[in-house]
Amino acid sequence: MRALLPILLAAGLLTACDHGALNNPYPEHQRGQNIMYSFFNERPKHLDPVQSYFENEIRFTAQIYMPPLQYHYLKRPYQLIPFAAAAMPRVTYYGAGGEIVPAHASPSEVAYTRYEISIRPGIRYQPHPAFAIDARGQYLYTGLPERQLKRYRSLADFERSDTRELVAADYVYQIKRLAHPGLHSPIFGLMKGYIIGLDVYAGELEQLSATAASGTYLDLDRFEISGVRVVDRYRYTIDVRGKYPQFLYWLAMPFFAPVQHEAERFYRQPGMPVNISLDWYPVGTGPYMLSVNDPNRVMVLERNPNFGGEPYPFEGEAGDATAGLLNDAGEEMPFIDKVVYSLEKESIPYWNKFLQGYYDLSDISSDSFDQTVSISSTGEVGLSDELRERGIVLHTSVSSTTIYLGFNMLDPVIGGLGERARKLRQAVSIAVDMEELISIFRNGRGIPAQSPLPPGIFGHRDGEAGINPYVYDWVGGQAKRKPVEVARRLLKEAGYQNGIDERTGKPLTLYLDTTLVGPEAKSRADWFTKQLRKIDVQLVVRATDLNRFQEKLRNGTAQLYVLGWNADYPDPENFMFLLHGPQSRAKGSGENASNYASREFDGLFEQMRNMDNGPERQDIIDRMVAVVQRDAPWAFGFHPADYNLAHGWVHNIKPNTMANNELKYQRVDAAQRTRLRDEWNAPVFWPLLLLAVLALGAMAPAVIAWRRRERGIARQKYLAQRAEPKP
Amino acid sequence: MPFKPVVLWTDALLFLLLASAIAFWWHARARPHLRRPWTKLAGSSRGMASLVFIGFFLVVGLLDSVHFRERIAGEGSSQQFAAQTRSLLDAIVGPLGSRTEKTYSAPLATHLFAKETVELADGARVRTYPRLRYGGAHLSDPASEWQADVLRTAIAGLGVAAILWNVLALAVTALVARRSQRSFTRSWHAIWHGLEAVPWRAILCSAGVLILLLAPLAVLSTKYHVLGTDKVGQDVFYLTLKSIRTGLLIATLSTLVMLPLATALGIMAGYFRGWVDDIIQYVYTTLNSIPGVLLIAAAVLMLQVYMGTHPEVFDTIEQRQDLRLLFLCLILGVTSWTGLCRLLRGETLKLREQEYVQAARAFGVSHVSIISRHILPNVMHIILIAVVMDFSGLVLAEAVLSYVGVGVDPTMTSFGNMINAARLEMAREPMVWWSLASAFVFMLMMVLSANLFADAVRDAFDPRVNGNGREHA
Amino acid sequence: MTAYLFRRILYVIPILLGVNLITFALFFFVNSPDDMARLALGGKRVTEESIERWKRDKGYDKPHFYNDAAAGTDRFTDTIFFTRSASMFALDFGVADDGRDIAQEIRTRMWPSLAIAVPTFVVGLAFYITFALILAFFRATYVDVSGVIVCVAAMSISSLFYIIGGQYLISKLWHLAPISGFGEGVSALKFLALPVAIGIVSSAGANARWYRTIFIEEINKDYVRTARAKGLSELRVLFRHVLHNAMIPILTGVVVIIPSLFLGSLIMESFFSIPGLGSYTIEAINNQDYGIVRAMVFLGSILYIVGLILTDVAYTLVDPRVRLD
Repeated sequence: MRALLPILLAAGLLTACDHGALNNPYPEHQRGQNIMYSFFNERPKHLDPVQSYFENEIRFTAQIYMPPLQYHYLKRPYQLIPFAAAAMPRVTYYGAGGEIVPAHASPSEVAYTRYEISIRPGIRYQPHPAFAIDARGQYLYTGLPERQLKRYRSLADFERSDTRELVAADYVYQIKRLAHPGLHSPIFGLMKGYIIGLDVYAGELEQLSATAASGTYLDLDRFEISGVRVVDRYRYTIDVRGKYPQFLYWLAMPFFAPVQHEAERFYRQPGMPVNISLDWYPVGTGPYMLSVNDPNRVMVLERNPNFGGEPYPFEGEAGDATAGLLNDAGEEMPFIDKVVYSLEKESIPYWNKFLQGYYDLSDISSDSFDQTVSISSTGEVGLSDELRERGIVLHTSVSSTTIYLGFNMLDPVIGGLGERARKLRQAVSIAVDMEELISIFRNGRGIPAQSPLPPGIFGHRDGEAGINPYVYDWVGGQAKRKPVEVARRLLKEAGYQNGIDERTGKPLTLYLDTTLVGPEAKSRADWFTKQLRKIDVQLVVRATDLNRFQEKLRNGTAQLYVLGWNADYPDPENFMFLLHGPQSRAKGSGENASNYASREFDGLFEQMRNMDNGPERQDIIDRMVAVVQRDAPWAFGFHPADYNLAHGWVHNIKPNTMANNELKYQRVDAAQRTRLRDEWNAPVFWPLLLLAVLALGAMAPAVIAWRRRERGIARQKYLAQRAEPKP
Repeated sequence: MPFKPVVLWTDALLFLLLASAIAFWWHARARPHLRRPWTKLAGSSRGMASLVFIGFFLVVGLLDSVHFRERIAGEGSSQQFAAQTRSLLDAIVGPLGSRTEKTYSAPLATHLFAKETVELADGARVRTYPRLRYGGAHLSDPASEWQADVLRTAIAGLGVAAILWNVLALAVTALVARRSQRSFTRSWHAIWHGLEAVPWRAILCSAGVLILLLAPLAVLSTKYHVLGTDKVGQDVFYLTLKSIRTGLLIATLSTLVMLPLATALGIMAGYFRGWVDDIIQYVYTTLNSIPGVLLIAAAVLMLQVYMGTHPEVFDTIEQRQDLRLLFLCLILGVTSWTGLCRLLRGETLKLREQEYVQAARAFGVSHVSIISRHILPNVMHIILIAVVMDFSGLVLAEAVLSYVGVGVDPTMTSFGNMINAARLEMAREPMVWWSLASAFVFMLMMVLSANLFADAVRDAFDPRVNGNGREHA
Repeated sequence: MTAYLFRRILYVIPILLGVNLITFALFFFVNSPDDMARLALGGKRVTEESIERWKRDKGYDKPHFYNDAAAGTDRFTDTIFFTRSASMFALDFGVADDGRDIAQEIRTRMWPSLAIAVPTFVVGLAFYITFALILAFFRATYVDVSGVIVCVAAMSISSLFYIIGGQYLISKLWHLAPISGFGEGVSALKFLALPVAIGIVSSAGANARWYRTIFIEEINKDYVRTARAKGLSELRVLFRHVLHNAMIPILTGVVVIIPSLFLGSLIMESFFSIPGLGSYTIEAINNQDYGIVRAMVFLGSILYIVGLILTDVAYTLVDPRVRLD
């Protein structure tokens, strides 16, 4: 322990010279600046807008890139508004002969839909070396000899930078990039079916790239996509097969953000170090730009000096004004100068740093929930006194996510649309107590699902009309899970009285396939086993790694499994397609992992998918939900709730599960933060002193022993001398 | 039969190991040159005191290694057995394993640790700490009775401990008296003044400590969750007991795997030299130079692939856990054999130059009999010391590997998994400290006693250390 | 000596080949290129076609060891194993599955690893030796006995407990150091204090005890008795003779681990979010990035062998009786 002391003291002395707290993980010069502190726990793999799809990637790209549309920050249900576009796209429907058909025409009459998008003039890109031009008007850093390029280690080494105006052609260029054979865009497969001419274009590119060396610049402008056209400098059109109203939602994602061929030419010149690429150094027109990209430690977003500004929204949902969310209405965004994202892998340090004031925002880990949140007698969720004293504010929202326990419909025991298996599935649905799961593993953060549709998505029904009549009863104004006896009865009807298969006389054993990782894995497995034991069914948890798990789903050899789905866009089609027969995972490698295939459901789905929202659509959705509830291909699981905590110095926070570009709306009060941080993090020195005293105390007996021995030796010497005869 | 025995691979190997240990002891009993170090070991008070603790862990581990499935239905040939495998330990501790609460509760608590919304009889909803289903359920008003009841129960536990210990002490004395043909009181005196060759005093003291610790725990656990409950409401004391088997198996079976490999190759390399030596050296240098964690990670992933493709081999979750555990032991053995192998090679190189070996060779004695007659017995102490020294390291390694995610099956109860889960619990406030603390205490007890015992074994067997093990200044 | 070194270095080649073969076999037994593609492309909306495209792009569409379709030597060279292994020997580690340059990554991540490992090693060594020397000095007294017991107890505690406890006390309760993270330059010091201290303390028990044994062994040698008989004071004997001579086994014992300090500590780095090579390795295992795993194994093997050679050299340097030939 004594080694600890000098090191700590030395470190203490070194850092105590500047007046900050000892445990401040940030450089002292950032003190009091208009910076937001956030974290990332996994380094983003792709920041190229054509590839980034995961939450941890989009949270960066959404601040940097400017797709034509965005979601309104405050309004619910979610509403699309123009972002880079000057107005909402003009939608025109065409019949098979190229004639214009009216908007209310039935989907079958529409051959294709044309979206015409006009962007605002005067939007400029962030400063970037790719735009730098020399005296002769040539690009300064494009076409450099390889030898010269070796000098550059990071983007910052390119000294000069410049900008240019955003034009419609950049958007078209990005759509072409979706088909780039080397970029593996996750939505290419989907878009190929919708955007007219994209598949032909991809084929042409494929041929072109087969002759070129990999990794080199591929001239995408060699060919054109027949359905995507630049009209003029600020206007372009996209032709989409049939009627596909959900296409607008895709236009709010970074997949449809602008990318310039200058940047691609710059990054893909031969000899450019592999770490300098569009995947790592995005070039956008959005409010922020990525200034530091060290995914091993820290990523920094800085205000884009060329961003023209955007007014904070004037209106929102009811209650937003009283919540102070409209205080900044009309002010020019963004408010924060810089955002520092630090790598944080473990939950303990992360949560502690939040409590110490070193992170501005936090989502609550299930295990710290009880400390932070108390639920009042009316069921209202509020913060615990401890945190309220610190000025921490809680924000809640049910996310557009469904997590479900799926049954593989191809399984001989649990699958199939027969009566016996259906009853078995219903019994299991009742037995697996999702309320308890939410309460234990998510500390109450979530609501049990009654259908595939989470709240906030069109078609979701609240209250008695929305309950799953096979699992719940409506008792006293609340959904109440049916008692276990009902499940046992269903089981008996299915021919498994007391869990014994009456045909074979063997106990019924079910298998839950899962990837059990992380500290909670064991608890979860135990919990599921416990649930089915309530109805005397033996559950065996088969844990495998992710690859094997997915392989099982693909081969259709799983039995029970747990999966979740995050909405791509707020439309019921995005959830219902998870049960659409032709989307079967085992048969068509789609997203229907249960391989559920009901003719009734599929027919309704085809009707519903391209309809506009309205009573007619609601009616079809209700019928679809009823079919699914009866067939029970899923035990519906739950919709997790997002609970975000923010310190009192952060303003304009409203959870928005669709929009990811929330950063520009937020504001921090740096002075208040500095004051509170100092107050909360006063170092405690007495344990060190105590340690020093203890160490000295431990030395004392040693010293005594040593002196005693010295004396002993001296005496021996003395005796020896005396004994020696004098010569 | 009301149950059907289930023999897991690791159970079989553990009992095999036990049987061979007993056989070896039987074999050594009659041979004075083999007996000498053992007698010395038996005379070491530190060694014997730690052996008492090891004995406790061993008994728990062995009890937990007798598995069976209970009958749930049917008679005669049509009888059906539960899918869940239970062990003798489960049967002994009885309800401890099945009395699960909803979620966390503190040690000896009567209420859950977290507040919950509870619906009262009149329909009103209150956010409060609900009563536990089992822990302290016998109290009608915990607020006033709890303290007295816990105290009373704990004292009862101490009483039980005192009785148990006295019985033990008397039995030991009686035994000593019978053996030495002395009177009871004189034996008692001899024991307590350390006059016996076997340090009974130390043994009784350490047994006393052990009983004093366990008896109150056991008595309290009949009414309370004496070490609290975990996230899904399982009794932490029960989980801790179950973890012992995992640690024990990892530590023993890994060495079992490693021993034949290391012994054979090490002796061969040293004895034959030349190209045999070259090849063996090449193999272990190559294996050694791969970072151990990577090798283990790759091997464990490989096993998962196998399990994923052959689900029919694994009827129950226990079998799956068991195979993974066995495989982990195997791979730990493979990564750790190189050290011992090198030691043995060096020792054999020296031994083969000894005159008696040279003489045997000159007489044309076969290699096999030279190795088994002359070399092996003379390196036995190195092997034994290596085995006991590795024991504690392997128990600790399990925890770290489980943390990295390549340890035992995540559904298996083990110290590593307990610590891993506790990482999240530490972030709670008020902190959930009891899982971590229990794992800490029991693991410390296990490893510490193993370390102390290993020291005693080394002192007894290492020819370089003389006297009572304390080096002379 | 030169001839010896040359021979040793030649010997490295078959070892590295073996290592490469083992990692390759283990990795591709576990992961098929399809799995890797799925992991790299993410879970949502992945089609067979995009998997094929990814494999072709990354060169994983070839056979593992033997290419039937090719002709001549191409049968062996136009395979995943050959294309992926040959470049290794030129220390060209290639590109990770996420498109980052592995060599570049190793070069940058090496420094944080060293920043933790070197102070832990140096300060730790000094601390253990001092402590062991004190114990040896007081040998056979209760200072020694209790010291050894403390050592044994300390080494019986899992390193995880030291880390969890240290973070909790020092950072959370007492606000004395940042709980995790890493900084550049001088600011790194405050991040280093805690992991270094924990690193030292957590292996103090085992090391101090081992060094004590070495000292005691040395003390029992004849020359020490002679020195003492000459009337030299105990302290003088200890520092002049015992410490001096015991440094030979101590130094030659630790030399082997010096090169591996580069690889960093897996556990420390992931608990403290230190962007070193240890956490790099763990991430690569979890992400099944073959390129990184293979590079790290390769590097680890080289460093291990360098350590072995250094040990041999150290022997000749400290003990003139040993000669390498």
